[in-house]
Amino acid sequence: MTVKTLIEKLNLKVIVEGDMDREITGGYCGDLLSWVMGRAQSGDCWFTVMGNINAIGVCVLADCSCIVLCENATLDDNAKERAEMQGVAILSSEENSYTLATKLGNLL
Amino acid sequence: MSSLKLHFNVPGDDFTRAGEASGSVKKTLKDLGFNPEVVRKTVIALYEAEINLVIHAGGGEIDVEISPQCIDMVLTDKGPGIPDVELAMKEGYSTAPDNVRSLGFGAGMGLPNIKKYTDDMKIDSVVGEGTTMYLKVFTN
Repeated sequence: MTVKTLIEKLNLKVIVEGDMDREITGGYCGDLLSWVMGRAQSGDCWFTVMGNINAIGVCVLADCSCIVLCENATLDDNAKERAEMQGVAILSSEENSYTLATKLGNLL
Repeated sequence: MSSLKLHFNVPGDDFTRAGEASGSVKKTLKDLGFNPEVVRKTVIALYEAEINLVIHAGGGEIDVEISPQCIDMVLTDKGPGIPDVELAMKEGYSTAPDNVRSLGFGAGMGLPNIKKYTDDMKIDSVVGEGTTMYLKVFTN
C-alpha cells in the first residue's frame, strides 16, 4: 500500500506531501527518538506525537515511509521545512496511535 | 576502488543541525550504490553517535572512511568523558538533561543502538578529557 492510499483509507490530513508513491510495509508507534531509530523497520509508517526537526532526521535515517502525527500533534516550522527539503510525507489525524495503527494493521 | 574519506565538524547544543553529518553520509552511501540495509545500519549508528556529540560533548568531529569492504567511523570529542562505559551501554541508562528529553532524546538507547547496528564498536574515554568512538560496518 502506498502513502497516497493510506491517506485515503485513514482519512489523514496532508501536512507535507513528500513521496506519495512510497510503499508502506509496516507500522511503528513511538515518541522516544532513539527507541524508534533502533527498532522501526525500513518502510514503516511511523505514528508519533513528536513533530520536531529531529523526528524528520530519524524518519529519513531509519528509512520510514512517512510520519503520521497523532491526536493533531503539531509540526514545528523548521521541521516542516526540513521535511519538504527531504521529501518526507507528514500526515496528521485527530485519532490516537492505537486506533490508527489498528486500522493500518487491517489494511496491510 | 580506493577509499573515500569524509570529515565533519559537529557543533554542540545545536539540535536543529544535529543529524546533518549522518544525512550527508547516507546520501553518499546511496549514491555509491551500497546495499540499503548497510546504509541504514551505518547511518542509524552514526546518527546516534552524532546526537551524543551534540547532547553530551559540546560537539566534536567525525571522520568516515568508506571502502568497498567496510565503513569506518571515528568520532572524537573533548567532552566530559564517560565514567563508566559498561553502565552507559545498558539499555535505558541515560544522563541526558530534561530539556533534551523533551525533544524525544534521552531514552538510554543511543549506545545500545550503536552496538546493535555496527559490526565493531570501541570506546576510549578519559573523564575530563574526552571520548573517541570507533565504529565499523562491514558491507557484505
